[in-house]
Amino acid sequence: MPIIALLGVIGLMVFAAQGGTMQMIDTKGTIGDQQRDTLFLAVAIMLIIIVPVFFLAFFIPLRYREGNKKATYRPDWESSKLLEFIWWGVPIIIVGVLSVIVWQTSHSLDPYKPLASDRQQLKVQVVALQWRWLFLYPDYQVASIDELVIPINQPVEFTITSDAPMNSFWIPQLGGQIYAMSGMSTKLHLNARESGDYRGTSANLSGEGHADMNFTAKARSIDEFNAWVTSAKDSEQLTVELYEKLREPTRDPATSTYSLYDTTLYDSVINRYMGSEHGGGHH
Amino acid sequence: MLGMLGFDDLPHDPIMLGGALSIVGGGLAVIILITFLKKWTWLYREWLTSLDPKKIGVMYIIVALVMLLRGLGDAVMLRAHQALASGEAQGFLSSDHFQQVFTAHGTIMIFFVAMGLMFGLINLVLPLQLGARDVAFPFLNSVSFWLFFMGMALINVSLVVGEFAAAGWLSYPPLSGIEYSPGVGVDYWIWALQISGVGSLLSGINFIVTILKMRAPGMKLMDMPIFAWSVFGAMLLVIFAFPILTATLGMLSLDRLLGMHFFTSDMGGNPMMYINLIWAWGHPEVYILILPAFGIFSEIVATFARKKLFGYTSMVAAIMAIAFFSYVVWLHHFFTMGAGANVNAFFGITTMIIAIPTGVKVFNWLFTMYRGRVKFTSPMYWFLGFIVTFTIGGMTGMLHAVPAIDFQMHNSLFLVAHFHNMIIGGVVFGFMAGLTYWFPKIFGFTLHEGLGKAAAWCWIIGFVGAFGPLYILGIMGATRRLDHYDASLGWQGLFIVAGIGLMIMMLGAGLQALQLLVSIIQRKKNRDTTGDPWNGRTLEWSVPSPAPSYNFAITPVIRGRDAFWDMKHDKNYPKNKFEPFHLPKNSPFGLLIAFASFLMCFALIWHIWWLLIVGTLALLALLIVRFADEDTEILITKEVVAREQKGVV
Repeated sequence: MPIIALLGVIGLMVFAAQGGTMQMIDTKGTIGDQQRDTLFLAVAIMLIIIVPVFFLAFFIPLRYREGNKKATYRPDWESSKLLEFIWWGVPIIIVGVLSVIVWQTSHSLDPYKPLASDRQQLKVQVVALQWRWLFLYPDYQVASIDELVIPINQPVEFTITSDAPMNSFWIPQLGGQIYAMSGMSTKLHLNARESGDYRGTSANLSGEGHADMNFTAKARSIDEFNAWVTSAKDSEQLTVELYEKLREPTRDPATSTYSLYDTTLYDSVINRYMGSEHGGGHH
Repeated sequence: MLGMLGFDDLPHDPIMLGGALSIVGGGLAVIILITFLKKWTWLYREWLTSLDPKKIGVMYIIVALVMLLRGLGDAVMLRAHQALASGEAQGFLSSDHFQQVFTAHGTIMIFFVAMGLMFGLINLVLPLQLGARDVAFPFLNSVSFWLFFMGMALINVSLVVGEFAAAGWLSYPPLSGIEYSPGVGVDYWIWALQISGVGSLLSGINFIVTILKMRAPGMKLMDMPIFAWSVFGAMLLVIFAFPILTATLGMLSLDRLLGMHFFTSDMGGNPMMYINLIWAWGHPEVYILILPAFGIFSEIVATFARKKLFGYTSMVAAIMAIAFFSYVVWLHHFFTMGAGANVNAFFGITTMIIAIPTGVKVFNWLFTMYRGRVKFTSPMYWFLGFIVTFTIGGMTGMLHAVPAIDFQMHNSLFLVAHFHNMIIGGVVFGFMAGLTYWFPKIFGFTLHEGLGKAAAWCWIIGFVGAFGPLYILGIMGATRRLDHYDASLGWQGLFIVAGIGLMIMMLGAGLQALQLLVSIIQRKKNRDTTGDPWNGRTLEWSVPSPAPSYNFAITPVIRGRDAFWDMKHDKNYPKNKFEPFHLPKNSPFGLLIAFASFLMCFALIWHIWWLLIVGTLALLALLIVRFADEDTEILITKEVVAREQKGVV
């Protein structure tokens, strides 16, 4: 009866899982691909120890149950150098192997490391607001809210800050996240292999409108990207006054584009927290 | 007069009002019941002022179980809301209320359920296992409990007066700073944790000294029951970790109260420092909870396999290795904050190293059963459920320990599933097993086995149903703490399954309540007349059930591990003679000192400055009066013991 209930729950779970995209598995960027492959590799290595544990956890109690008088009973048998050597040794080897993977992937998939490519990387500055994302393209003099447009097969360098509580900038199908913190700049390098709309979000609690901190990452062909830039240039100009309005907390999900002539805007957002205008702190 | 406190701070929203009424109504019902039964004097004499660690332990456990119901209630609200809040539907809680509920859920479950059950069980069992009559500092023990109680009270007062924090259970700044959280919620959170945290620190010191100085004659450290070792490891962590928590919360409150800039984003403050500090406490905290659970399982598996614990020395080494390494892994909670690859890799590897001693423990438990005679009692159901769920949780933890993978999984529901896997499958299962195992020692009768087994099954199945979907949702890119989500993501079905799983766990909790009730009704049938209902191995089973207030009429002499097992099988085991001894007198000062602290904290939350002064002066006066009292012990003679236990002396 309990086993049937357990299987029922698992069945229900598998059934319910059919509805959505496995965003960490169905990745569309090379960073996300490699992170997923690392995940699979680590799981495979760990199964070397998990499978025997499950096997033993089932068969030992079964074999040595109270009712089974045929089984050996040695109440004082409490140590075996060989056995203990094995189960200190095997986990050490497995953790050793995993440590090499940790070391290598921490470096190869370091979010600060620019992606190798013969194409020049696109620079995007990201500002987390309450509760929306502002994207600045200083090289193209455009900006957008809650809509990130990038060309496919071109590395993108995100420089990220926050003018709000801490957030975490995350596009699961392209790759891992990094925190967005006010007064500081973090970096993330990603790319997209295929055209498509990918969900972007904030993985860190940022106050009342946290659930609305979503955006769409639109990966497009280079021509479509250029066309978007051209049209964005015709939009309203993102001035300091307009930025002050965007800073105000809102849960409005609308997207918009701007032209951007003040390319020092990102730096001035960080400088707000340097304390100089309050008369102290940063020198 | 009342600082910032006004009528507006009472709840108006119907759901919040319901919460407030349940707290006030529940409190009133208890008060009326006690008055009606004329039990106030009894309650005061036998319980509230008691310095007997077993009674303090029972009070810890009662508070923790009541809080478990509240924490589960919070969980039900969260899951029900999330199951409904897909697409246009916004669920039934406002965003702010939803965030208060998950903050309260985490805070209550860790500080007032898990910690409460842990300190409760340690109080019940540790002195008995060591062959001691008491803890090293009985009065301090009472202070610790009442500080814990008052911290719990503060959190529940916030339901009625004001609001609770909405910044998550660890309240990261700048969100928890005065700029983004101007209300009193974060202050309630800070001060509830401050007073209960001080209580925990004092307990840590108390139990360490108890282990080092109060062991029965002849008991070497390496003769101690493994549970005592696990407590030793955990309490070492407490005394090193809790001062960090106190200091960190102190700085956060200075930022909020006096406009300082330790953790603000501007004026030279640095929120990253808070995140480092809070996890320098927070990671050891996880091991503070899990180590005693490991100890409990070690006792249970040896008892019910009727065999010596396999690899005792390895187990001790593993406990101490885990305790040490738990201090050098805190950064794995924020690989995504932007530290360099070398730093991340270092902390990833140290984290994985912890899996080695943990894995060794799992194999030692399994081989304790090998060539044993395993009796499948309900504690063993919890144990086997633990082995399976904990192993899965260990594996998902190892995945998080790989920074490259964690960049994807951090703060997703995969993470939420992982830590519930460790806390429920590890800590809660362990404490439930321990409660069932030691219940007869404290109350004199065993718990109903059939209902206990049914409850364990419900928790195990419910756990899979509640957290399996969260692993999948995490892989789908669902982050934690979302009060609504887009319907096109296809998450709703899994949230509903998670809700069903939670209901099955609630059914398990309900069965445990029924188990307690049925066991009390049938107590005559299940009376433990021998003091040794499980054929135990350690000293607590050598005394009658319920254990007398002084634990041991005659101090036992110990000549090795599993002392009681040895005594049962060797007629020539050495015995001591009776000697009169002292026990501490009851004292209301623990309760009063904690209440003065409560007033001080309430005053700080609401800026009621005169009350702060009153509370401080009261606290000082109470301390002086108590310390001046030299008549704090009573002599227990042969006659007193003979009255309670015939034929012992």
